Formats: sequence, structure tokens, C-alpha cells
Amino acid sequence: MADVLIAGIGQSPVGEHWDLSLRELALHAIQAAQQDAGGLQPQIVIVANMLAPLLSNQAHLGALIADFAGMSGIEAFTVEAAGASGGAALRAGYLAIASGQADVALVVGVEKFTDQIGASAEAALASAADSDFEAVHGITSTAQAALLMRRYLHETGAPRQAFAGFSITAHANAASNPNAMYPKPISASAYQKASLVSEPLNLLDIASFADGAAAVILARSDLLPAGYPHPLVRIAASSMATDTLALHDRPDPLDFQAARLSVERALWRAGIAPDQVDLFELYDAYSIYAALSLEAAGYAARGQGWQLAQNGDISLNGAIPIATLGGLKGRGNPGGATGVYQAVEASLQLRGKAGANQIAGARRALIQCLGGPASSAVAHVLERLDDRSASRLTID
Amino acid sequence: MNEELPLEGLLLKPSRPVGIAGYGAYVPRYRLPAREVARIWTDGQGGLPIKEKAVPGLDEDVATMSIEAARNALKRAGVSPSRIRAVWVGSESHPYAVKPTSTIVAEAIGAVPNVQAADWQFACKAGTEAMVAAVGFVGSNMADYALAIGMDTAQGRPGDALEYTAGAGGAAFLLGPAEDSLAVIESAYSYVTDTPDFWRRAYAKYPEHGQRFTGEPAYFTHITEAAEAILRASGAAPADFRYAVFHQPNTKFPQRVAAQLGFTEEQIAAGLLVPLIGNTYAGAAIIGLTAILDEAQPGDRILMVSFGSGAGSDAFILRVTKLINERRDRAPRTQDYIDRRIEIDYAMYARMRGKLVME
Repeated sequence: MADVLIAGIGQSPVGEHWDLSLRELALHAIQAAQQDAGGLQPQIVIVANMLAPLLSNQAHLGALIADFAGMSGIEAFTVEAAGASGGAALRAGYLAIASGQADVALVVGVEKFTDQIGASAEAALASAADSDFEAVHGITSTAQAALLMRRYLHETGAPRQAFAGFSITAHANAASNPNAMYPKPISASAYQKASLVSEPLNLLDIASFADGAAAVILARSDLLPAGYPHPLVRIAASSMATDTLALHDRPDPLDFQAARLSVERALWRAGIAPDQVDLFELYDAYSIYAALSLEAAGYAARGQGWQLAQNGDISLNGAIPIATLGGLKGRGNPGGATGVYQAVEASLQLRGKAGANQIAGARRALIQCLGGPASSAVAHVLERLDDRSASRLTID
Repeated sequence: MNEELPLEGLLLKPSRPVGIAGYGAYVPRYRLPAREVARIWTDGQGGLPIKEKAVPGLDEDVATMSIEAARNALKRAGVSPSRIRAVWVGSESHPYAVKPTSTIVAEAIGAVPNVQAADWQFACKAGTEAMVAAVGFVGSNMADYALAIGMDTAQGRPGDALEYTAGAGGAAFLLGPAEDSLAVIESAYSYVTDTPDFWRRAYAKYPEHGQRFTGEPAYFTHITEAAEAILRASGAAPADFRYAVFHQPNTKFPQRVAAQLGFTEEQIAAGLLVPLIGNTYAGAAIIGLTAILDEAQPGDRILMVSFGSGAGSDAFILRVTKLINERRDRAPRTQDYIDRRIEIDYAMYARMRGKLVME
């Protein structure tokens, strides 16, 4: 099998883009990725999106975006897996090339969140939960995360303030990311003073939903144009797992099983151990998710994930850096586009182009996005190919 | 910006110079502290956008309040009401959906029957819209005096962010020939787009808004564009002004837009009343102007920029004349109304503002 390369990357700044429509956001990211890829022509467009049918009254994004990007006639469709949509679309693009069905694939994640406000936006978000058994009772994903955090604090005895480290790290890393929604550091006292949203979650535990679009161009490794200017980054492994949609159906709500399975499978397929990963772009939609994701991925024992936020383990020069360009908390949470942003950001790290946030010698990145409380989980291992591999690769 | 028009063509300048012959403010006496709203709705948590807001009494509405302000304006101008050829009231709290507030005001001040009377509606800039029209009315020689009023008893849904600030009050301006003016309106400029940031549908009791959409794309864009255009077209810079006043829906917005435009805290201090009376909507920018006129000296230049949701801004450059000194003390000053204060709690507020379902 030929290597599947991330040949081009592009992203829009995450934020409140009142003046940009869903298709314009997507086009901006697509054009940036195409330019970055040096003119590779995709044969398939895979759109990652979570909420457009509810927030923008717009389904059928494959044809819409392919047409708007001037690729009318091409194969195109949407992949939806709530907050894991971006990862699922990346995986679909990977499969398209790995299977030999396509040589070049465009994966674009786009979310236009600010078309709605208030109750209609909350209702749209709640559609990712179990409508008959969860959403109908009025619980939101934030309230659910608050229940998880309360249970976590009860079971582990972790001090409440321990979670500050996740938000502080994310914001510190976002500070030098020009595409981040909140490019400024926050202090421990600001975290402590932040108003409660859903006890025990406060305002700075929660990533803001926002508009955004990111795109990657995937290509078979032997098709790169002559003079391709970037270090080569390949998708070394791709995996996806699911869990019960409703949180209450799980025997142990604090075990993000799908998150665990998706990482285990990805690492196994990549043939590496967890400690061979140089950075982990995880799904920190809530600070409690960051702790649970670190535990699920094997970087901390059950109930110990919070400790990684106490002593620098998750910072840029720590044992397992996370949210290296801000994560969801600092960069913003562009819904279904999140997984594609993670691929773009990890590619920047592996190319050595992450600027002030560069992880020295970064060679492998683990990226993972979650739908709901890890009801869906998609993990990828991205790997920088060394100079030897940069020559034409064989197809087996 | 419409780049095709020459700068000079953007300014609204009448053929006959026009100014403010008399001005008057009105603020009802009741005050609801913002902490009271927080006490009821957020358990006292969260920041407060102002200190307190003015609340109209049980027997007050935009008609009665407009009459108070109009009488103050007439006292300062010393003009017989029979010489007023237009009474225009801008508000988003007109007591009637159909039937003018302005006829009530015109009748009460003795300006009927040889008079134009009409109500204006453009969210928070209805008052300055009436002023621009009055400049045209007087400036074209169709009339010697026209009365423009901006007054509101603003509505905020209980528990909504607007409830902290939705206040009551406003101002009246009798516009007349420049030679009979305590401040000459050197020029005006209006900047309008269709931007639905805040609205109230017919038959709806409370307005709705687009949350943060009311900020950058609405308030800041329109005020900034209007202010920069009138300054550029007039060849003026912020340092040329002794005072500036911007629409004041809360404390932060006017402070931020002033700083962005290059105005100092000192320049906006006199007109920044929102912390003490709330957002008086159609009265907000112009009651800031009355507070400025209460202390301005001959020769002082003033920049005023309103903002109305929907959305648009009217910008004015005024220059104070020496008539200010003899006319200023003929009527109560704005601060006199602010000082006349009775604090109420949320329960009394709910009663006075008709928030209780009675039948």
C-alpha cells in the first residue's frame, strides 16, 4: 500500500465570522490547502460538518462546496459524526486513497455556528445526544460534562483547581497561533474567578463554539509534484470506534471506551507505543474531557489524568504536549471541522512550522476528536518521513 | 464607505445655517440598581454593565416625558410655541402603535395647529434622525423652528441582558436659524446599512437581539464609519473637539469606540451618563449632548454620533455660541434630573413597568 500523505493544509481563523457564509469559509480553507499542496487536483471532496442542516438550513454540502470551489462534477459528500466529524472525514479520505479508489482527496471541515444564537443553537448542539432519552430531558453537552466532572472529582479526590492547568496550557499555546479564537494567555486567578456555567464547570473550562474551516489535501505518496516544498507527513494509522450514544447506558461513565479503543487501534496499526508519540492533539471541548482523554489514551492511569496538568507534563516541552496550538479551548471549537484543524496543526508541528510552539524534533503526532462524550472517537497517527523516505515510495 | 461620492458630497449641510436654539433633558426619578437585576436573575453573579438605570413612574410615558423635555427646550430658547412648524418625536416606546405621540406633545406645548407632527422610529437613533430632518426643515427655509425629540421608556425582557440597562429618559432640541442658536450644527452625516442586530416585531412586548452580533458588525462598525467620515469630510481631528458623545447602550461600548477613534476619557466624560441612568435608547446620545451643553463654553466644538439598531449612525459636528451663557440656566440641567433619585427594588420595578400578569 502506498503511503497516504497530507500534501496540503489550509485553515481559516476560528472566530465569529458574521460576514462569511458556510461556503465562503470552506472555500478559504480549500484554496489555502490547494496552494500549499502545489497544484494537486483532488478526485474526491469529503466535507466534515456537524450542524449545517440545523443552523444554516443547509444539507447536501458535498455538492454545494464542490461547486463553489469550482470542482463541479467531482465525487463529493458529507461525513457527520458530531464533534468527531472532522476525524471521520479524514479517515474517509485516508480510506479512499489507501484503497486505491482515489489518488488525491480533499477533506474540508467547515462549521458555520453563528447563523443562530440562543435556544436554537443549544437545540442544534443537543441533537448530537440521544434525542429520545437525553436531549428530551433538557440536558446539554455542557451539563453532561459537568456531571462527569462532578463524578470525577468525587471518585478521584482531585482538587477542583487542578483543572486550571488544562485551560492555562491551551490558552498559553493559543497565544502565538494566528488562527486561534483566543490568542491570549489566562492566569490561574482568572480561572479561579471565572463564573460558573454548570457547576463545577466554569467559563474557562469550556471551549467556545465558533465558525471555522480547515482543509487537507491527501495524496498517494508517489504523486507529489516535482519540487514539492514541504517535509513529508504521512497518515501512519487511522481508526474509529463508537460507544453508547447515551451516557447513562455505560457501566462506567468515566471510562471513555471509544477514545481508548481508537487510540489503541491507531497505535497498534502504526506499530508504535504511546511513548513514541511527540504530541497529542486531544479533544478538550471541556477540561474534564482532556483529563479523561489522557487516561483513555494511556498517558495516565484511571483517575490520574488531572495530575498531568500540575507539573508541566502537557506543556510544549513536557512528556506529552497537548493542545500545542491552543486546542479547542484556545483555538476555539469549530464543531465538525475540529478534526481537520487538528490534522492541520499536527502537520505544522511535523513539518517544523509551528513557530513559537514548535515541539523540538516532532516526528509523530496523535490526534483524536470525539463526538459527544466519546460516543464516537476517531484517532490518527501522523508521522514525518525522514529524508530517505522522501524519495519515491514503493507501492505494495 | 461609498468611495464614488466626493467627501464634501457626503456631508449634510443646509443652505441656511442651522443650530440649537434651545435644549431640554428629562429623566424620571426612579432608579433600579443593576445589582438588583443580578440579585433576581443571576444570584448576584457576573459583571454589571452600569450602576443603575432610570425607571419611569406609573404615570409617565414617552408622551409625558417628551413634554417635560420640550418645555425645557422652549424655556431656554425663549421662542413662542406658535412659531414651531414641526414637532417630531423619535422613540421605540411610543404609547400607541397607531396615533402619534407628537400630536400630544404639540398640543401640550401649544404648538398646534399650524405644525407638522410625526413620530420617528429607528431604534436608538430615532431622535437624531428627527434632528437631521429638522436641520433640513429649518435649513431650507420651510420653517424657522422645528422641535426634534428623542425619548424612550426602553423595554427589556425580564432576565435578558438588556434588562440591566434598558432605561428611561431623553432630550428635546428646538432647532432654528444659526444666528438664534446656542450651538451651531456645522454639519451632519448619516451611515446606514441593513444590519439586523436588534429588533422588535409588531405586537411583541420585548425586543430580541443577536447577542454579540450587536457589537462589532453593528454598534462599532456604524459609529466608527460615521465618525471617521464626518471627521474626514470636515477636515477635523479628534483633538479639535472639546467634547464627544457616542450612543451609550452600556458603559464599555462608548468608552471603547471613543478610544478607537482617538478621543480621550476627558472628552467623553461629560456626556457619559449611561452608568447612572441606563441606556435611554432614542434619548441616549442626545441626553449626553444636553449634559455637555450644560457645561460647554462658547467656541467649544462637539462631536455627537448616535447609533440605531437595524442599523445606522447619525454624526453631528456642533460649535457652541455665546448665547449658551444666557440660556443655559433658564431650565433644569441634566444633572439636576440625575440627582433627583429614588431607589427602587426589583419588586417595585416589576410593578411600575407592568411586568406582573394582572389578568
